[in-house]
Amino acid sequence: MADQMDATRAELMGLVDAAADLAALDAVRVAALGKKGRVTQLMQSLKDIAPEARREAGQALNRLKDEIEAAIVRRKETLGEAALDSRLKAETLDLTLPARPGGLGRLHPISQTMVELVQIFGAMGFSVAEGPDIDDDFHNFTALNFGPDHPARQMHDTFYLPPRPDGMPMVLRTHTSTVQIRTMMKVKPPIRIIVPGRTFRSDSDATHSPMFHQVEGLVIDEATHMGHLKGCLIDFCRAFFQLDDLPVRFRPSYFPFTEPSVEVDIGCSRKGGELKLGAGGDWLEILGCGMVHPNVLKNCGVDPTRYQGFAFGMGIDRIAMLKYNIGDLRPFFDADLRWLRHYGFVPVDAPSLAGGLSR
Amino acid sequence: MKITLSWLKQHLDTGAAVTDIADALTRLGLEVESIDDRAKGLAPFVVGYVVKAEQHPNADRLRVCLVDTGKGEVQVVCGAPNARTGMKGVFAAAGTVIPRTGAELKAGVIRGQASNGMLCSAYEMGLSDDHEGIIDLPADAPVGQPFAKVMGLDDPVVEVAITPNRADCLGIRGIARDLAAAGIGSLKPLDVTPAKGGFKSPVQWKIAPGAESGCPMVVGRLIRGIKNGPSPRWLQDRLTAIGLRPISALVDVTNFTTFDISRPLHVFDADKLAGDLTMRWAKDGETLEALNDKTYTLEPSMIVIADEKQAHGIGGVMGGEHSSVSEATTSVFIESALFSQGMVAATGRKLNLLSDARYRFERGLDPTSAVWGLEVATRLILEMCGGEASELTVAGAEPAWRRTVSYRFARSRTLGGIEITTPEQEGILRRLGFETKGGGDSIEVSPPGWRGDIEGEADIVEEVVRVHGLDKVEPVSMPGLGARAQPAVTPAQRRPILAKRALATRGLMEAVTFSFMASGLTPLFGGAGDDLKLVNPIAADLDAMRPSILPNLLLAAKRNLDRGLVDPALFEVGPQYKDATPSGQSLVAAAIRVGRALPRHWQGPARDADAFDAKADALAVLEAVDAPVENLQVSADAPSWYHPGQSAALRLGPNVMAWFGAVHPKVLTALDLKGPAVAMEVFIDRVPLPRSKGTGRPKLELSPFQPIERDFAFVVDAGIAADALVKAAKSADKALVADARIFDRYVGDKVASGKASLALSVTLQPKDATMTDEAIEQVSAKIVAAVQKATGATLRT
Repeated sequence: MADQMDATRAELMGLVDAAADLAALDAVRVAALGKKGRVTQLMQSLKDIAPEARREAGQALNRLKDEIEAAIVRRKETLGEAALDSRLKAETLDLTLPARPGGLGRLHPISQTMVELVQIFGAMGFSVAEGPDIDDDFHNFTALNFGPDHPARQMHDTFYLPPRPDGMPMVLRTHTSTVQIRTMMKVKPPIRIIVPGRTFRSDSDATHSPMFHQVEGLVIDEATHMGHLKGCLIDFCRAFFQLDDLPVRFRPSYFPFTEPSVEVDIGCSRKGGELKLGAGGDWLEILGCGMVHPNVLKNCGVDPTRYQGFAFGMGIDRIAMLKYNIGDLRPFFDADLRWLRHYGFVPVDAPSLAGGLSR
Repeated sequence: MKITLSWLKQHLDTGAAVTDIADALTRLGLEVESIDDRAKGLAPFVVGYVVKAEQHPNADRLRVCLVDTGKGEVQVVCGAPNARTGMKGVFAAAGTVIPRTGAELKAGVIRGQASNGMLCSAYEMGLSDDHEGIIDLPADAPVGQPFAKVMGLDDPVVEVAITPNRADCLGIRGIARDLAAAGIGSLKPLDVTPAKGGFKSPVQWKIAPGAESGCPMVVGRLIRGIKNGPSPRWLQDRLTAIGLRPISALVDVTNFTTFDISRPLHVFDADKLAGDLTMRWAKDGETLEALNDKTYTLEPSMIVIADEKQAHGIGGVMGGEHSSVSEATTSVFIESALFSQGMVAATGRKLNLLSDARYRFERGLDPTSAVWGLEVATRLILEMCGGEASELTVAGAEPAWRRTVSYRFARSRTLGGIEITTPEQEGILRRLGFETKGGGDSIEVSPPGWRGDIEGEADIVEEVVRVHGLDKVEPVSMPGLGARAQPAVTPAQRRPILAKRALATRGLMEAVTFSFMASGLTPLFGGAGDDLKLVNPIAADLDAMRPSILPNLLLAAKRNLDRGLVDPALFEVGPQYKDATPSGQSLVAAAIRVGRALPRHWQGPARDADAFDAKADALAVLEAVDAPVENLQVSADAPSWYHPGQSAALRLGPNVMAWFGAVHPKVLTALDLKGPAVAMEVFIDRVPLPRSKGTGRPKLELSPFQPIERDFAFVVDAGIAADALVKAAKSADKALVADARIFDRYVGDKVASGKASLALSVTLQPKDATMTDEAIEQVSAKIVAAVQKATGATLRT
């Protein structure tokens, strides 16, 4: 019996090791441990053994069975891994093929710049105010201290619409200063607003477009003076252009709705015909501002003996062109897909002062 | 406004360099636009004497010249026909850079003759476009001296931008005064000594009754026995330097006073006048041939200068040709008038006529200059042309202009942001010509006649601060308002950027297009009323305010397609206009997709954009701006620019939140755009703002029991809206049915003609216990019954 078991073990172990795949291994299992399997038959032949030897032989047979089973499990694991390896190998993809169509569009540089403006001025306590693109002569000129024959009116290249039934001339606003008037007539000081929006002048070349964007700022309270005007705009220019040492120059100028009036230049260099912002010995005009004219306050029902403050206005497209090195204004409004992709911004990158305005 | 350094120094006693003067001007608010130092590039050019000019032995058109350069004699081969022995010309040695070409002059041999320099033409020097031969200098020009100095070209020209409030700085004297006030030199006195009138002017001034509002005062004088000819060299040089053409002494004097003391004058040939001169309103339709050789038809709102027969000038704008002075003039009558700013501005605008006189009158002149300006001109004419001056003739009177402004010295600090001592403030004002009275904390300030722009205290602050130095004002950062509960933008103002991010995240590119469009296209998009048509459009196709953003986006798509850029998908979040009132403007998010929504791809076929892409775009915006998307209803009533069978409105109750669908083929034809094209418009302003409930969210109730999904296939009439099945299923058991949606639609051989098969997936969410099979069967039966009842559908078997 013992000899028979040894021979059987050797033979079956050999078969297990030789099984090339899971199907062959299963055939070996049936041949060894199935109803008519070799080990099963040996178990059945125990009844022919003398009872005194039967117990020992039974135990030996059980060990044989366990050994074979363990060998099958081990072989199964080995074969399973090999099968998985070969399946994975068969499933290999060429991942240089393109991904499914999709991807992000881009935001226009004007949208990006407007968000940046709100971030910077918002941190200085300004909130956003708005007004209509089509406005009347009163809000665009008269209330802003432009007399009927004021030479500055002609400098504005105003677009006119037919007059209102009451005879009031209607214009496309030439600046967002109209919202100064609308705000002061509605809200009591203190006031700190910025007004980003569309503006219109009849002019077209590389730096002028019949439609462009402007941001107006207005501060009205009892104490704001020209020192604040300078501080506010120096802080803005340095934050916006992301240049801590950007030189900022203030020059006396003239606007009908401010007194004193000021123009602001930032430092630049034009060496080699290339414009570079920063200290470079040259200057670039970027905005106009001044202390709100007492006549404007009066026109809005604000007491000029008590209240004062400053206003400023600058071209959003223009500062975007400077910051992002965009040479020509006209493509801003052309919607060329190549231009939008090149100069646009990914929509998930929200500018913030804490997180960074732009990369 | 151009000035030259030497001209400035006629009024200003200063040794300052031109660059320091320019810096000071900009600091004063007289912004320097350019400094043209013409002598700089001309330094190597000297006066040369042509000792000998002989025919070139080997070339008919060339001459061989021996030139005395002051440092020796040099041989030069010259092609100019006027090169001749004994002339003086401009010599450039080999190695000089020629201003016109920027090229360096090289010594060489021309047809066998050495040439070691050049005799130059005005063209080569960049001084003129005149190619006619070399410059012929006067015989007394000193040989070897720099040419620029000899010719008076060593006088730098500074161009200054004058703001509209500074009419006084449209004369060089006004600029000099500002500089003196800022400490750059001192202002020299101006000689305004009245000329002795030897006789009564035979031409007298009158102002017609009622015309005083257009011309309150006019002064004149006749000078007889004059000889008009070219003006002296110094005057011609100055006028030439600032870009004016010298004409004759009389005309040059009027141009000189215009630019020197901002006093426009007019000179008449007195012999061409008939009787006295009158300032009167023009007759309707009256015509006048002006000095620019154009004839103008005048209106009764314009002042003319007329004698007994005809008009001789347009008041404040331009004189007439008929009585203009010439070389033959022996008797001149000078007009020095005050015109109303408004009248001159309106006249010039109506006639579309610009002149140096108009530019000054409409900005406001010193009312006292009518008299003293005439005296300055009289002195110059007598010096240049001789003759005898008459007494003055005056009509009207100087209008009242004197006024006082109360000024508190503290305002330099409280408005100007800078502490300036009282004596310095007062000194600045006096140097600018202001009179001051009183003392202590405040003074009474009287501005001079030439500062019509000074109205109030803020103007005085500006004068004091700009002369003291705006750069000295210390910047102060904006004082904080503390931590604020209110953000910079309102919930409504946040929406545009949210809409933009939602659409760009879906792959669309943001466009910003004009608010205007071609009025001819507006009827395709709902039309624009006459109140939205521009009176003065910049181009014929930009003549109306857009009633919709879509036409501009579709045309942008066409431009891209024309450039070979395929499948444009664009959006814009911006205004559209219903009328010209403030409430006629509304904020819209519009998007288009033209061509394919999915390009060709190795995993599957390309797919054209369709109405469901537009629907998804609209829903993305609505979700981003917090619209209650699940409550939206679809109604098939989008406007006429959409495909009637492939478009719809998204409504909240009766209010339209959005339109979407395929663009109407007629619109595509009108725009010459090749489709397919789909579009959507979301009316952001109409989406209700969430009622303020604070920042808290409703409590989240999570069921511990698994949701169950059951699918149903219904056969319905093909006209039944899929939405009706969903609504019926949802309302079948509101407690259990958590969601229902259509996931397949089939029309074809396997269903009857005119029928469609719709597959509905329903999610059941038990809240109290796991559902038994029996309970599931019961609710399924309720769903089937509800759908059948609502739509006539039958369960597909």
